[in-house]
Amino acid sequence: MDTTRGDISNPPADHNPARNVDHHLFLECVHCGLCTATCPTFTELGDENDGPRGRIQLMRMVAENQSPLTDRMRRHLELCLDCRACETACPSGVEYGRLIEPFRVAVHETEQQAKVEQQFDWFREIVLYRLFPYAERLRAVLAPVRMAQRLGLWAAAERIGLLRLAPGRMGRMVRLLPPPVRQGPRLPRFLPAVGRKRAVVGFFVGCVADVMFRHTHWATLRVLQQNGCDVFIPEGQGCCGAVHLHAGSSRKAREMADANLVAFELDRCDAIVVNHAGCGAMMKEYGVHWHDGLQPHREKFAAKVMDVHEFLDDLGLLCPPGRIEEVATYHDACHLGHAQEVTEAPRNLLGTIPGLTLRDLPETEICCGSAGTYNLNEAAMADRLAQRKLDNIVATGANLVLAANAGCLLQIGREVRRRKLPLRVMHPMDLLDLSYRGECLV
Amino acid sequence: MALPPLIADLRRRLGPKNVVHAPSELAVYDCDAFTVDRHRPDAVVFPHSTAQVVAAVETCSKHEVPIISRGSGTGLAGGCTPTKGGVVVMLTRMNHILELSLPDRLAVVEAGVPNIQLARHLAGTGYQYAPDPSSQGASTLGGNVATNAGGPHTLKDGVTVHHVLGIEAVLADGSILQVGPVEDPAVLDLQAVLCGSEGTLGIITKVWLRLTRAAENHRALRAAFTSVDDATATVSRIIAAGIIPAAMELMDRGILGAVEEAFHFGFPPDAGAILIIELDGPAVGLEEKQRQMVELCRSNGACEVLEAQTAKERETLWKCRKLSVGAVGRLSNSYMIQDGVVPRTRLPHILRRIAEIARHHQVRIVNVAHAGDGNVHPILLFDERDRDEVRRALAAGRELLDECIACGGSVTAEHGIGIEKIEFMERLFAPADLRAMRRLREAFDPHGRMNPGKLLPA
Ligand SMILES: Cc1cc2nc3c(=O)[nH]c(=O)nc-3n(C[C@H](O)[C@H](O)[C@H](O)COP(=O)(O)OP(=O)(O)OC[C@H]3O[C@@H](n4cnc5c(N)ncnc54)[C@H](O)[C@@H]3O)c2cc1C
Ligand code: SF4
Ligand code: SF4
Repeated sequence: MDTTRGDISNPPADHNPARNVDHHLFLECVHCGLCTATCPTFTELGDENDGPRGRIQLMRMVAENQSPLTDRMRRHLELCLDCRACETACPSGVEYGRLIEPFRVAVHETEQQAKVEQQFDWFREIVLYRLFPYAERLRAVLAPVRMAQRLGLWAAAERIGLLRLAPGRMGRMVRLLPPPVRQGPRLPRFLPAVGRKRAVVGFFVGCVADVMFRHTHWATLRVLQQNGCDVFIPEGQGCCGAVHLHAGSSRKAREMADANLVAFELDRCDAIVVNHAGCGAMMKEYGVHWHDGLQPHREKFAAKVMDVHEFLDDLGLLCPPGRIEEVATYHDACHLGHAQEVTEAPRNLLGTIPGLTLRDLPETEICCGSAGTYNLNEAAMADRLAQRKLDNIVATGANLVLAANAGCLLQIGREVRRRKLPLRVMHPMDLLDLSYRGECLV
Repeated sequence: MALPPLIADLRRRLGPKNVVHAPSELAVYDCDAFTVDRHRPDAVVFPHSTAQVVAAVETCSKHEVPIISRGSGTGLAGGCTPTKGGVVVMLTRMNHILELSLPDRLAVVEAGVPNIQLARHLAGTGYQYAPDPSSQGASTLGGNVATNAGGPHTLKDGVTVHHVLGIEAVLADGSILQVGPVEDPAVLDLQAVLCGSEGTLGIITKVWLRLTRAAENHRALRAAFTSVDDATATVSRIIAAGIIPAAMELMDRGILGAVEEAFHFGFPPDAGAILIIELDGPAVGLEEKQRQMVELCRSNGACEVLEAQTAKERETLWKCRKLSVGAVGRLSNSYMIQDGVVPRTRLPHILRRIAEIARHHQVRIVNVAHAGDGNVHPILLFDERDRDEVRRALAAGRELLDECIACGGSVTAEHGIGIEKIEFMERLFAPADLRAMRRLREAFDPHGRMNPGKLLPA
């Protein structure tokens, strides 16, 4: 009988990709398999290697020196969306994110150190690291594209298939861009509560969100004001660091986190409010990723971070007055539903909108394939999941899809455009704002 | 390096994308949820159709290697552990619901459809597929049929075999068997034979399932007792009073700790055991039955009785119960769950004996039970790295099952025999019974290729 599985008296050596993983976290997995059927990649591929239980076993084999990390194993781990559906499904409380994330970071670091004869990954180095996290740079790069969109050249280019000619990941990124909407002016540093003051919050702006969804930021700010919040939008804040961390660069992510630490005056606000799930999830975890002198401060910061839906639901939403006679369905962003366990709050808020019919979305817990930058790196799987998501959305008969995360909005939006469906894709805050303003959908 | 002939043939017949054979990728197929015994297969294949399953079986026959069917691998008895190597046939890519016909009360599904997927599709239609194993969130319908799975609602609704109308399976010689879905006059009932066959008779590829009307009215309550004895005595009294609840589940103090940590449900911390009881049926009379039930619990020593007020509360209560076994990961890093059955009146006795056995072997044991069926699930906690503890847990498990047999019961109600229970078969069945089963198996699979080493002792 084989009962010993690897020897942990030999802790992972310095070059072992599992060196930063707390080994006890592996042991919490009792191998029951209850997580398999909610894992998007297992559901699509049916291979245990592409499911949570299998991935945990693969990482554990490496940690326990039973196997080196082979290319194939690495592929299975790369294919993971880090969507954390498995954490929600797991009754044993396995913290899968705390296994895969440090593991991936270590794989990346090892590569960097060894400088394996590796092609220069321009996409990762330039687009992901140097462009994405900096709103101003990204805005500058996108300007010509925006101009083309405004001039109507975009539609023409899309029609004659020009956009499909854009190469690889860059092309995918371009196709993700939503058609232009009026973004609104730069965000001010402070906005006062309307009516009786009920809370003081700091608002997190982020990188991609500010460039592509500034209108949603404005909507969110107005909703916060309507609900009696003084809102500070401190300067000096930047990207949350998730892009770097998930692409395996822990040091850069830490620098970004620490810039935010400096920017927000914690004592001045009741909460740091975030309206895109990916950023919120990352910021709530500032306290666990790094173990240096600043950790206590990061923990304190993380404890104040709240998703905007969570915050408003706790505060008690002042019901919006405007009727919106639409049929909508709400998609749980993985980083909200699974990573932050916020599922009821957005539904509660949306439920207050007069006239709105909210339909349940089948398989709402399965990722849409966006997953941060996943849809740029793992195109095939991302497309499969987008299609699955759209099929489910269409089945509800809704004409409005709501999601509280930039990645999901872009991903679902692209698939809607591709299929030419008469479906609106919005952030719940956009809709609440319309209701407060007494406007209807156009 | 040239591929071994078996692998080359599998790749040729099924396509390279549907074959996994690298050692590092085979490791995750070395066991199911029974982790004590592990063995890697030689290859894993992922057929998309019955025709591809036939191709896999033919290739395995040609190379004379074992064939092991696998669904979601949630089995608790090592049923899909490739103890003798061979090829694992994963049914997970055959995961389509082929037909849902509410007027005919029929669902036709491929074997790899997870139970929950069917349940989701039926939500809101007023119909249900009744068998609801606690692993329903992951286990496949093919796996459910192959293990004849039961669940909390088995008490009233019966187990999987009562809900299967037809089965398509690929046999060891590559032929395709189809029994049902039209009811044949009662000749040899091959469907019943295939239910619970654990992959030893054929690979189930498609099933026709009976849908039933979902009860419109439910009443769920939980009763807390200071001692396990009071709880088990209550179970017998309820049945004696002539009330058959839809489900009647027991959780003891040990498991409640884990459940509470996982779901913060608010179970009374000092309860020795709780019962979850559900009633269903027409609205008329349900209220009255519910009142009677509460009364029975109280008069038998319940220190607290709480009725679920909303559908949501009822759902949460069931979630706690269904995920309770999984939640034991919070208590220990390995566990073994037993599946003993005793006559219902012997429940108090068996639970007392389990406590004694735990003390004697110094193994921590927590309990959940489908109390209405006399089906106990003692969960033995151990650390798989501690050889002595593993040995003690195995010994305690054995003793506890012996006790079930001594009570006139059995060693499995729903989890199957697999490799884990095989040593008990000779005590459970007379030699003539076992001989008949072996002959039946030989008739289906003369060369012993389908999941060898499982179910029946050599
Ligand atoms: C936490 C937990 C709770 C559980 N609760 C219950 C419960 O309440 N009731 C219950 O009955 N069981 C329960 N189980 C056991 C298990 O989930 C069931 O036995 C389930 O039916 C197995 O389905 P599967 O798809 O995972 O099959 P697998 O584990 O993959 O396989 C189980 C057996 O069936 C065979 N098999 C699988 N698919 C096929 C096929 N298509 N054709 C032929 N043979 C096949 C395999 O060879 C193996 O012998 C539980 C398990 C866990 C981990
Ligand atoms: S991660 Fe959780 S649900 Fe998945 S196999 Fe491990 S213990 Fe079970
Ligand atoms: S994080 Fe998502 S993709 Fe990764 S293993 Fe878990 S469920 Fe699967």
